[in-house]
Amino acid sequence: MRSRKLIAIALAPLLLLPFFFSSAQESPPLEVKVRAYTNATIYPVSSPRIEKGTLLIKGDAILAVGPGKEVKIPADAEVVDASGKTIIPGLICTHSHIGSVAGGDYSSPIQPEVRVLDSIDVRNTSIDKARAGGITTANLMSGSGHLLSGQTIYLKLRKGNTVEDLFIEQPDGTIAYGVKMANGTNSIRDNGGFPGTRGKSAALVRQKFIDARAYLEKRRKHQKEKPDEAFERDLALETLADILEGKRTVHHHTHRHDDILTVLRLKEEFGFKVVLHHVSEAWKVADEIAAAKVPCSLIFLDSPGGKLEARDFEWKNGAELSRRGVVTAFHTDDPINDSRWFLRNAAVGVRAGMSRQKALEGLTLAGAKMLDLDRSIGSLDPGKQADFVILSGDPFSIYTRVLETHVEGEKVFDLENPSDRLFAEGGYGAGHNREASGCCFYR
Amino acid sequence: MFKAILALALTAISHGQIAVKADLLFTMAGDLKPIKDGVVLCGKNGKIRAVGPASQIKIPKGYQTLTAKVVTPGIIDAHATVGLSGILNSPKHDQEQLEKSSPIQPELRAVDAYNGRDPLVKWLRDLGVTTVNTGHAPGTLISGQLMVVKTNVPSITSMKDTLVPTSAVASTLGAKALSKSPGTRSKAIAMLRAELMKAQSRLLKIEEAKDNEEKDKPDANLRLDVLVDILNKKIPLLMNAQRHQDIAAALRLQEEFGFKLILDGAAEAYLLLDEIKAAKVPVIVHPTMGRPFGDLENMTFTLAAQLHKAGIPFAFQSGYEAYVPKTRVVHFEAAMAAAYGLPQEVALAACTIQSARILGLEKKIGSLEKGKHADLALFDGDPLETTTHTTGVIIESQLVSALAK
Repeated sequence: MRSRKLIAIALAPLLLLPFFFSSAQESPPLEVKVRAYTNATIYPVSSPRIEKGTLLIKGDAILAVGPGKEVKIPADAEVVDASGKTIIPGLICTHSHIGSVAGGDYSSPIQPEVRVLDSIDVRNTSIDKARAGGITTANLMSGSGHLLSGQTIYLKLRKGNTVEDLFIEQPDGTIAYGVKMANGTNSIRDNGGFPGTRGKSAALVRQKFIDARAYLEKRRKHQKEKPDEAFERDLALETLADILEGKRTVHHHTHRHDDILTVLRLKEEFGFKVVLHHVSEAWKVADEIAAAKVPCSLIFLDSPGGKLEARDFEWKNGAELSRRGVVTAFHTDDPINDSRWFLRNAAVGVRAGMSRQKALEGLTLAGAKMLDLDRSIGSLDPGKQADFVILSGDPFSIYTRVLETHVEGEKVFDLENPSDRLFAEGGYGAGHNREASGCCFYR
Repeated sequence: MFKAILALALTAISHGQIAVKADLLFTMAGDLKPIKDGVVLCGKNGKIRAVGPASQIKIPKGYQTLTAKVVTPGIIDAHATVGLSGILNSPKHDQEQLEKSSPIQPELRAVDAYNGRDPLVKWLRDLGVTTVNTGHAPGTLISGQLMVVKTNVPSITSMKDTLVPTSAVASTLGAKALSKSPGTRSKAIAMLRAELMKAQSRLLKIEEAKDNEEKDKPDANLRLDVLVDILNKKIPLLMNAQRHQDIAAALRLQEEFGFKLILDGAAEAYLLLDEIKAAKVPVIVHPTMGRPFGDLENMTFTLAAQLHKAGIPFAFQSGYEAYVPKTRVVHFEAAMAAAYGLPQEVALAACTIQSARILGLEKKIGSLEKGKHADLALFDGDPLETTTHTTGVIIESQLVSALAK
């Protein structure tokens, strides 16, 4: 899987050359299939809904999308009749704990050196279930029990054998990830070194970022003065320095209005890129959030509470933020909300006054923006990666089922496939990790 | 504007005479098919005065009229912990659902712990839930009693404030009930059997004393007398069992002691459909959106549809959540089952009339029929659709919510 991907990357520059070049090769030419999904109701998200539309994909990319009358289907294309079905971009979950993801331990409250990628189990059934829910990209995060619990990882839910197979490469060659931070109740604990109050929480974080500023300065100076000498790296401060330089986004768990404002204050002081997550009391400080131009990733639960700081949680958060122009997305926080209910999050948003368009963006394009991936995913546009979901009906109807999920042109979930259906619906064996599900071991 | 009109209506109908007109009226009586353009007359006495097509019912003078696209009976949550497990999730303050000092405590009453003023009770009421079977949570072998109460009751000032003061005793089999002791499934069942046998001999003594004046009735025993009431079928035993071996164990116990069993949770019930059907045992299925971990790892969203197909009576529950969402909403759970193969009207029945039947209250609540409680939920669309709002809630002819939530 990984090797195929690497070959594709290696060949990419070659493909730009004239085709006679391939005839010079001994191996057969790379066959790039064109597939057309026709007669579907298509929500490109970046543009209005299309009835009787065609989605044309070539290999791992979208070639064209538009009304059936306007999209020319090549003669050798494979045509799939999607009459009565709905096609939307692959769903993007900006906050998930699938794949048995883990971050820092409880030895200290700030652990920027910890990478969650070192913990991911790509065979965990939670990833299969996320595919069954139409999720094609996810930000796998460590928990909220720390002020900073680790580096997150953005994954494409390709069928992969190792976590590397699911990585997303950025234009600069590094892999895409963010950093998980939290404030409020969860990160206040009795362990030594952990904060006991909100004031202390903020002070600990400020001190670390001040340290990182000094580190950044020291590194700049070193590179200028002693470019041939190795710089003594500090893994923790390096991560914070990346944040200060705007290379990494902070994904910040926060609930209460005052905690939200604390994050905005820290952002202002240190100038980092931040996405607010959960934001239970966003409706109380929606103007301030909008003024700070900070995106929000929301969760919708079926009732408020569970802890004091989520007591005033309201379904109207989505409407209040999106109508003020805040980039607003949703997340599952799986296992808090199962990935298979992700569409339902957006439906709750609509119920409480969010527009259908903004709710759809919240499942796709808005999330892509938060992960800095909107150049390649988040909407059905020519040139973007062929990540899409085929639904049985309206995206916001409870009766609608995910029929197929495609990542970069490859089908990664098919409801018609019995082993996939097991993950979509549950049943005996659905809890066991993937290697055991296919055959007879548990039956 | 809409809210203003309803607020006006709220003040105008203090006498509790309301006519509710519905484009689609799910009475949940008979074949479950809805009436188009239906009317329900909610009378002064809190009971339904008339129900039927608008063409056949004249709205009497003095009645305030409310309209809605869809109307159903007030939603019934067949198994909850709301009112005991409060919104703040704060132990010693608002978490009264589980007492772990002893594994068997049938004497714990729900009436002594229920807080009808907890915001989550209002949350459910505003969404259309009018009745809950609530009380002690799963988590120990026998955790305590449940009661049935309307969601507009703020305090239990007398047993009359409940519909049933002791509606069931909650029992749990499987991993959730295991700790130091019982530490295994076998030990758990042995402990239950021993306790039920004590109650059996006590019941025998009570009956002997009844027939023979020379024999004394045994002294009152808070704990055993509840178990005696289970054995003589006055109180059902609500047994939470998720794994197939735990469900089988529950059926085995029921056969041995002959109590009235309600299976609760029953995540793997799809493996034992024939056995459950043969035992004539109803099931209160786990929340459809429960989390697939531990004993629920093999749960399926199709369970309700499979029970329906097998002809096993079942109802939905909000269940108990240790964290979030601190309460689930029972018709949302029904809705998700409808997305996985359960017919819409059957899903609605399983949070209205079917729930009432399992709780033994079908003569009072659960459907819109003359003489039954005037408990109604008003919606602006299909009650199961996530995007639909609850636009009004009526309990015993009183409009208790008009929020468009």
